[in-house]
Amino acid sequence: MNDRYTRTAILLHWATALLIFAAFPLGVYMHDLPLSPHKLKLFSWHKWIGIGILLLAILRVLWRSSHRPPPLPDTMPRWEKIAAQSMHYLLYGLILAVPFSGWLMSSAKGFQTVWFGVLPLPDLVGKNKELGDLLREAHETLNFLMLGLVLAHAGAALKHHLIERDDILARMMPFLRKMP
Amino acid sequence: MRHLLLILLLLAAALASGTEFTVTRPQQSSIAFVSKQMGVPVEGNFRKFTALITVNPAKPEAGTARIEIDLGSIDAGSAEANEEVIGKAWFDTQNHPTASFVSSSVSNLGKGRYDVAGKMTIKGKTLDIKAPFTLKQQGDTLVIDGLFPLKRLDYGIGTGAWGDTGVVADEVQIRFRFTVVAAKN
Repeated sequence: MNDRYTRTAILLHWATALLIFAAFPLGVYMHDLPLSPHKLKLFSWHKWIGIGILLLAILRVLWRSSHRPPPLPDTMPRWEKIAAQSMHYLLYGLILAVPFSGWLMSSAKGFQTVWFGVLPLPDLVGKNKELGDLLREAHETLNFLMLGLVLAHAGAALKHHLIERDDILARMMPFLRKMP
Repeated sequence: MRHLLLILLLLAAALASGTEFTVTRPQQSSIAFVSKQMGVPVEGNFRKFTALITVNPAKPEAGTARIEIDLGSIDAGSAEANEEVIGKAWFDTQNHPTASFVSSSVSNLGKGRYDVAGKMTIKGKTLDIKAPFTLKQQGDTLVIDGLFPLKRLDYGIGTGAWGDTGVVADEVQIRFRFTVVAAKN
């Protein structure tokens, strides 16, 4: 069992991925729409998904701190191991920072986040136009940084699977192991 | 001579029944509202309005109010919302630049609480409304504070696609504060 991630880690990983694949394009699509009921709905849904990602991220950090991931194969050069580890830490940082920056931005713009329309999250900053614009920039920049890292992350996983033909990807997708 | 006597009598009556507060201080007065969008409370207010209020704390039931609101002075919470709400589907300020409230009666609810009834006109539609308020006298100023719900769709505010109350709730909380001082003779 120690050559792959725990069931919980795998579930949290793919749930996070799924929510990011929903929230990211939604954010890109909705941010410049003219004001309409449609836009207000999309913004709320985006924020609800984002808070879901933040919660999963917190759970993952907690899980990760008590469950070591399987070691990287010895066939990997040292620099690759360091790169892979740094990448993972950066991604952990981003799945926390991206939704958190969105939450702050929303508060600064004067729109509280109310999860699923029923659970109000506290406004950690007050309404402030300059801060709102700054946080919007931060949210956008962090998102595109994350997009780059996610692409690199997925590209590296595919390279391991298709070129190196090691079990790096299968550790996160156990069903791949059964394939010839 | 008879006139003078009458004037003196009236003055005495006025003095006996307390001071009339008639001058509204706009700087210390506000008309604000909270709407709910997808369950999120969003605050707004009207920056420009005139309030003609006459109230005597010794006899609040005789008080009167005539409030006129410049709807174009709205701050609905964001620049894009401000642009949207002056349009036809919302306040249609081109055809209805102002909203007004004219009181018809004030009733005493006891314990410093009162109810004002009157006619609210928004977007050409006039409806009877009631709003509870409190009175607080601090020296020569009188502070009137009140909060009441208003159903926006009763006045056709936010029609068409915006009529979806699942997105923007029908009920809007209106909060008002008027600071009134006695006229200086």
